[in-house]
Amino acid sequence: MIEIRFHGRGGQGAVTSAELLALAAISEGKYAQAFPSFGPERRGAPVIAFCRVDDHPIRLRTNIYSPDLVVVLDPSLLRLINVAAGLKENGVLITNTKYTSGEIREKLGVKQALATINATKIALEEMGLPITNTTMLGSLLNARQVVHPDSLIGPLEKRFGRIADKNIRAFRRAYEETTILNLRREKQ
Amino acid sequence: MNKKVGIEVSLAAADAVKMANVDLIAAYPITPQTHIVEHLSELVANGELDAEFIPVESEHSALSVCIGSAAVGARTFTCTSSQGLALMNEIIFIASSMRLPIVLILANRSLSGPLSIWNDHTDVMSIRDSGWVQVFVENGQEVFDHVFFAFRVAEDPKVSLPVIVNLDGFILTHVIEPIEYWDQESVNKYLPDFKPVSTLNPDAPVTMGAFGMPGIYTEAKKAQDEALINSKPEIIKAWKEMGEVIGRRYSPVETNNIEGAETVFLTMGSVGETVSIAVERLRAQGEPVGQVKLRLWRPFPVEEFREAVRNVKRIIVIDRAVSFGGQGGPVAAEIRSVLYDEENRPSVTNFICGLAGRDVTPDNYIDMYEKSLKDGDKSKEEDYVIYGVRE
Repeated sequence: MIEIRFHGRGGQGAVTSAELLALAAISEGKYAQAFPSFGPERRGAPVIAFCRVDDHPIRLRTNIYSPDLVVVLDPSLLRLINVAAGLKENGVLITNTKYTSGEIREKLGVKQALATINATKIALEEMGLPITNTTMLGSLLNARQVVHPDSLIGPLEKRFGRIADKNIRAFRRAYEETTILNLRREKQ
Repeated sequence: MNKKVGIEVSLAAADAVKMANVDLIAAYPITPQTHIVEHLSELVANGELDAEFIPVESEHSALSVCIGSAAVGARTFTCTSSQGLALMNEIIFIASSMRLPIVLILANRSLSGPLSIWNDHTDVMSIRDSGWVQVFVENGQEVFDHVFFAFRVAEDPKVSLPVIVNLDGFILTHVIEPIEYWDQESVNKYLPDFKPVSTLNPDAPVTMGAFGMPGIYTEAKKAQDEALINSKPEIIKAWKEMGEVIGRRYSPVETNNIEGAETVFLTMGSVGETVSIAVERLRAQGEPVGQVKLRLWRPFPVEEFREAVRNVKRIIVIDRAVSFGGQGGPVAAEIRSVLYDEENRPSVTNFICGLAGRDVTPDNYIDMYEKSLKDGDKSKEEDYVIYGVRE
């Protein structure tokens, strides 16, 4: 089972990210769960969403405490929250940032693999909006192929309708442009 | 069978209500039930569902409308949570005493105060003794299946009682997961048209909901109690026939790893799935642990429960509500009562946990298991322990 935690701010679409990924996995015949950190929704406040993907029915109905992957939609959260809390040793922290992965490693002291992408820039260029949820999904799939990237296209088209193309372009760009920094590889 | 659809459980539940070809929906939105009612309102507004949607001003009115609707022979649905159920309370008891086959999905949520929107079973326990048929589901698929089941049982002329399907708020209502939709043909086959025993009709007047003088009230209550108890065979039949249609088998009491189990967890609702993971892990360590799940809460499946725990030494009852000043949570008190007359009765340890959305993990359940084995542990000496309290 792969467990993924999304960090964003209310209105940035962290919950939508988790949902789209689950829908893509289910469309591949896998089992998946997506759910928000339950509570009142407030625009701009830190938000957490969760996604589980497995080849077998999922019976675990708790929050995710030891994720395989953490996705950070908003770079300002890196200073506020320990986004890597509980991240598995062989997990990946995937973050939206204008800094390089080396600089992020230094700032956060995270030992796990890092995937970085300037998602805000891509979202602004492709959609004219700093909403990074679909962009970060591209980055996430670059870091780990939880589902085939093409499986996201159906859910993206269904969710975004007329503006789906822009989201798909941002998603594909992030999938191409993400940089991965793996500590084990660095040591070699 | 059919392909699984990725969908939020609330939306799937609403789609099932639509597929059940409901005639009338009266409901008031309340967290975490909201998405079910909103989706039904959309389906009626866009013409996908040919039904009356009555947007009432309160839950008291919602269920009052449902009573009128069911009394004229319409297939009737409502949905609520927590404070909404509390506001319905007066009418809840009237619906069952009038034997009206209303279906209610209860998205379980704690009762205020302190004000909380999160999940536990406080709301349903407040109407435990109301005379409704009450079932619990563990996941989205089960709530989808149980919408059809609920109408089928409620409207069965041998039952003719309202039915509550308990669905854990947020933990289930707000989760996207794969759900296998029935095809409409299977629904129509399983759920026949509603043929009411008696209806309000100006051409053939009858009295419903009459005054009950002391000379008749006791007899009325005896008849109501018998009606609920006697609904059990029809409930079992409805589950059996569902199995024949869709292949999933449900029963009043279900077990997991019961073979050779000395200790069993007793669960109701979605915690059952998380507990099943704890049970698997304990089994892998060689611990003789199993699980008993109560799917049917009212009428209480006495014989089935006693049979399920016949060879068990210890029951860990997981309660999701407090019975203040009582001898344990409402489920544990019931279990102790059911076992009292048994010759070789297992001991009962009672943990009240997961109140108002407090997350309870497999590790927590393993901890409860270990505590229940330990002599001198508080949980063995006391009637119940409210688990995980920060001191």
